[in-house]
Amino acid sequence: MNKNSNLSREVIGYFQDNVQLLIELTVEHVQLVGLAVIVAIIIGVPLGIYLTTNESLAGTVLNLAGVIMTIPSIALFGIMVPIFSVINQGIGFLPAFVALILYSQLPIIRNTYTAIKNVDPQIRDAAEGIGMKTSQRLFRVEIPNTLPVIMAGVRTAVVLNIGIGVIAAFIGAGGLGELITQGISRGNQEMIIAGSIAISILGISADIILRFIQTLLTPKGFT
Amino acid sequence: MITYENVSKVYNGEVKAVDDVSFHVEAGETVVLLGPSGCGKTTLLRMVNGLESITNGDIQIDGKSTSALNKIDLRRNIGYVIQSNGLFPNMNIEQNVTVVPDLLGWDRKKKGDRYNYLMDLVGLNPDQFRKRYPHELSGGQQQRIGVVRALAADPPVMLMDEPFGALDPIIRERVQDEFLHIQQEVHKTILFVSHDIDEAIKMGDKIALMKDGKLMQYDPPADMLSQPKNDFVSQFVGQDRTLKRLNIHTLADLVQVMDLNESDATIEETKELLVTSSLRDTLSLILDQQVRQIIVVDNKGNNLGAIDFSIVKDYLSTRGGTESLSFSS
Amino acid sequence: MKQELMTKIIKVVLTIAIVWFFYWALTNNYFAKLFESPNEFFVLLQQHMTLVGISSLLAVAVALPLAIFVTRPKFKRTEWFISNIVNFGYTIPNMAILALMMGILGIGFKTALFALFLYSILPVFRNTVAGIHSVNSNLIDAAKGMGFKPHQILLRVELPNAAYSILAGIRTAVVINIGATALASLVGGGGLGNWIFTGIKMFDNGILLSGAIPIILLALLTDLILRGIEILVVSKGTRV
Repeated sequence: MNKNSNLSREVIGYFQDNVQLLIELTVEHVQLVGLAVIVAIIIGVPLGIYLTTNESLAGTVLNLAGVIMTIPSIALFGIMVPIFSVINQGIGFLPAFVALILYSQLPIIRNTYTAIKNVDPQIRDAAEGIGMKTSQRLFRVEIPNTLPVIMAGVRTAVVLNIGIGVIAAFIGAGGLGELITQGISRGNQEMIIAGSIAISILGISADIILRFIQTLLTPKGFT
Repeated sequence: MITYENVSKVYNGEVKAVDDVSFHVEAGETVVLLGPSGCGKTTLLRMVNGLESITNGDIQIDGKSTSALNKIDLRRNIGYVIQSNGLFPNMNIEQNVTVVPDLLGWDRKKKGDRYNYLMDLVGLNPDQFRKRYPHELSGGQQQRIGVVRALAADPPVMLMDEPFGALDPIIRERVQDEFLHIQQEVHKTILFVSHDIDEAIKMGDKIALMKDGKLMQYDPPADMLSQPKNDFVSQFVGQDRTLKRLNIHTLADLVQVMDLNESDATIEETKELLVTSSLRDTLSLILDQQVRQIIVVDNKGNNLGAIDFSIVKDYLSTRGGTESLSFSS
Repeated sequence: MKQELMTKIIKVVLTIAIVWFFYWALTNNYFAKLFESPNEFFVLLQQHMTLVGISSLLAVAVALPLAIFVTRPKFKRTEWFISNIVNFGYTIPNMAILALMMGILGIGFKTALFALFLYSILPVFRNTVAGIHSVNSNLIDAAKGMGFKPHQILLRVELPNAAYSILAGIRTAVVINIGATALASLVGGGGLGNWIFTGIKMFDNGILLSGAIPIILLALLTDLILRGIEILVVSKGTRV
């Protein structure tokens, strides 16, 4: 009991003493995850939309994204290191960044693809029947009606990447994982616990914020 | 207005979904494409605005072949209504109604005026519905909005693919009545797909009855009922539902709301029919070639007037709705 | 035709990339450790599989009954509460759970096992609940109408119809677990993660890839095998 209250006091003390560091690491973490997801959206959403017009490729791409998802994160980072060593970027931001982009592909491509596929064929028929061009149909009907589902994919990707981003600290990508990796190697418990708490808070707040954005992006006409 | 010239549709070089169909639709006419499912009626409809390609033959609108026209422009000048109403869930009612004017680049004022005019036309309050979304409306209201949307850019031609098929019988009859009323005002040339002979009789100036991609008969409803060209037609128009309906209504129901013709004492081939007789018996007597005049009499033998096919038809199309529950159950 | 050609080209390019990667890794002697100490490799592999196996089994043993419990009509009210706790727990990154457990339980095999077990509960729980919920209520009604007892409804109607979803949950849990176990070496749990972290620390790609590639193959192979089992076990009538 005494030991526990001591520990919690120490952890609180750690937070108070290291506000600056925690903010810096959080910003690093958010940057890494944010940039990776933005790039993943830029690749994944158009690809997901394109795949709805190319069935044979859709299977291959979704399977590939699924296989990537199956690869354990530390092992994928492990492969990235020697590959990026070739251009002298083996340790640091770049391999982690690329790995996170890869992990984001499955939720984003899959959600975009299935959402567009699942647009009520009657609605698509109506859009075509009243004389919308393909691009008009896409931007006025299909995307607005699938935005919540696409956004759900983005949210999954972000929350997933915040967790994986912790592991990226082992290959020198920085972020809140630093606290845990250093805490483990130094045997510093307050640091480990403070890092775990900070990451959990970041993950949960990202989830809540993105859920909120998802509601904002949901057309009012949805039930 | 719309001319089908030897139109055929072949899938994968084998199945003939539409087989050498030719007919002509006059301007301002409503033609119902009728037939069992899979008979090609919907394909026939969707060929007009290029949603289905034409394998052989040609469809002309106002003498211009549709194949020569730009598909997008063509579609924007043809109203299109489908069974599930096809309203866009992400757009509110005003946006849905004015979507085609918007595509055509109308200015805001013109779109707004058009919206108000059309909503008034179908008896929906424009302001009350403006900001609401499709899912907040009842099925009947949604379907009316679907019709309004098709009328938005004032296209001369309307294509309606089982527009009222998803509605329950009471609402359906009401929306049908309303639509007939609107049509009297707007005089569109309408192609209307249906699988329901009652609806076809009620809505159509002419009926094109289809089977296995072939046009079986193209005639006004009365002719189709009285002179079916072949067994299929007589079977189809004589389906149970119509007979049931004719069985349930009596002349007594009819004379309450319809005016009968003056009887003509000079006609020899006249028969009398008791006011308690069913419309089915009445109709079979009307179709009897030996009889030229039918006089309705009450229990005391008083002459109430003469009846003919058009009175029965008008009665069924206007009064049928309120009775529909009793014979659909 | 053109689309299929494109798919084929992409498949060929991918295959070439993978083959090239292995060729490149081999010529650079990146699998050195694997060839040098095969015995150590098998010890680590065994540790890895033991951790994954035991923690997954425990997770299924807890999550499955828990999911069945919250979906019983009598205890319906507990579902919201329990589901939220489990979902909330899952937003905490697995690395953080491992580290926290180390703070509480110290370093060692048991710590790793417990953390992995905790982290595997959610996928099984969530998929079982979703699977049972997705069983058509008419089926349950029909079963009641035929005189099935509650446990018969569960065993003969709900679970068989939810089997696909449940097994998919177990597969997800096991595959994630294989990756998480790679982190277990940090808290003294052993396993193939040992080589990855040693490799990173010593900047030695030969040790790094000797750990990373087998873990990837293990994950992919396990995924494949469990998918195969799903196909064998799940009734043809309920497969989607």
